[in-house]
Amino acid sequence: MTEEHLLKGWDEFEAGAVLHSFEGTADQHVHHINNSIQHSVADWRAEKPVFNDEHCIHCQFCWVYCPDTAIVPKDKKFGHIDYVHCKGCGICVDVCPTNPKALLMFTEQTPDEEAVRNWPAKETKKDA
Amino acid sequence: MANSIAPQKRVVWDGNMAASQAMRQAQIDVVAAYPITPSTPIVQNYAQFVADGEANGGEFVMVESEHSAMSACVGASAGGGRVATATSSQGYALMVEVLYQASGMRLPIVMNVVNRALASPLNIHGDHADMYLGRDAGWINLCAFNPQEAYDLNFIAFKTAEDLNVRLPVAVNQDGFLTSHTAEVVEHFDDADAYNFIGDFVNKNPMLDGVNPVTYGAQTEGEWHFEHKMRQNHALVESLDVIKANFDAFEKFSGRKYHAVETYLTDDADEIIVCIGSVFGTVQMTVDKLRSEGKKVGLVGIRVWRPFPKDEMAAAIKNAKSVAVLDRSAPMGTTGALYNEVAAVMVENGISVNLIDYIYGLGGRDTTAEHVTGIFADLKECSDAGKRVKPVMQTINLRGKTLTFY
Repeated sequence: MTEEHLLKGWDEFEAGAVLHSFEGTADQHVHHINNSIQHSVADWRAEKPVFNDEHCIHCQFCWVYCPDTAIVPKDKKFGHIDYVHCKGCGICVDVCPTNPKALLMFTEQTPDEEAVRNWPAKETKKDA
Repeated sequence: MANSIAPQKRVVWDGNMAASQAMRQAQIDVVAAYPITPSTPIVQNYAQFVADGEANGGEFVMVESEHSAMSACVGASAGGGRVATATSSQGYALMVEVLYQASGMRLPIVMNVVNRALASPLNIHGDHADMYLGRDAGWINLCAFNPQEAYDLNFIAFKTAEDLNVRLPVAVNQDGFLTSHTAEVVEHFDDADAYNFIGDFVNKNPMLDGVNPVTYGAQTEGEWHFEHKMRQNHALVESLDVIKANFDAFEKFSGRKYHAVETYLTDDADEIIVCIGSVFGTVQMTVDKLRSEGKKVGLVGIRVWRPFPKDEMAAAIKNAKSVAVLDRSAPMGTTGALYNEVAAVMVENGISVNLIDYIYGLGGRDTTAEHVTGIFADLKECSDAGKRVKPVMQTINLRGKTLTFY
């Protein structure tokens, strides 16, 4: 819900329900009311991705593929997950190439430490 | 001043050619269209202009349906630029979802609608079922009664749609076949004069401006939707002033004057017929004949269907004794939409006339001077009796037992 002081009358906003991303031009300002950086989508998640440093090769596939820039890199390596903007889509887990994966989905209420403790072992090739 | 009117050449064009030539002269940036009878020649002619390098740089986008056609128009218009299309009937019906998107996003798209019946049963001929279907879609609707008007109203449509105080899509309606395929003398402007009457396209919040990025097609739930729709309705109602100003400007430009409500010999008329479309000419001819016999009859034509010109309608009928409204669409469960508008205007203004609705011309059924003469005879009976002595709604030229309603 929009906060009360942000609600406007019928003649006070842009016609056509057009939303401006920025106050002024794009090169002047980044943050604005209509910018999603200020809006948490954490409560959209049923499951969350959990990161396990032990298995990560820092290929950054997760960073490339995350549709919401919720994988935050550091020094060209995996940094952390932005749980305010992660919607829990699981694409990062899907594209993770390691065995076992360095990112896995766990229920929202599972503590990260418990998730890492219960991480699956390396899968071996099954005989035909 | 006669010498300030733009030079014009007389040619023989049907309504479709008139509309497509006006589109060519408007120097449209994008036309996205899917051809459908009877508006096919508009799309075909324009595509030919593009292929021959005569479309002034216009781009023609081939699409797989009318839903896609209007969607592509919405995208192109939001991107920034002059955009137009054309359709009829089933194609119009398929577009309807996107018609609401176009008007809600306040996009100045111009669409030529060649009015045709809606299935089922399938019928390719003219009536106003498609125009009535889009009645509440938030578009300005102008109505041409002949090819000359189809040509002229396109220029007024672009100028009105793109006015920064309007920014709403405009449909230019003409009757399927009776106007679209009837070749008549049309006076057309030179290309440069025609373009200059409309002027250059002025962008407003174009999506392709990367320095000022905008979002189109926002979601508005309960706390915002009402405000947005009422702002849109306000703009549509207020656009009548811009339309009338553009009618005035067009008169200075062309010498031809249009009115929101066209009137013919209504000042002293006791009996008046109110109609839309090509039947206007049939009624006009009948009025002339009956006037020559001393009968005080008159005619009202709706030039602007949306926004509905309530004040002009009230002024046109206020002194009559009896009024017949002609609706060229099956009203399906009530009286005709035009009848309802006229009835509302009567109540709002305390006008007391005997009002009768006539359903006519469905699926291209002929309506002749004899039928119109019969309507005026019905009205005269009501006038002489001082009350309505006929059913509320009747049918014209329908086979079988006489069918009336209410």
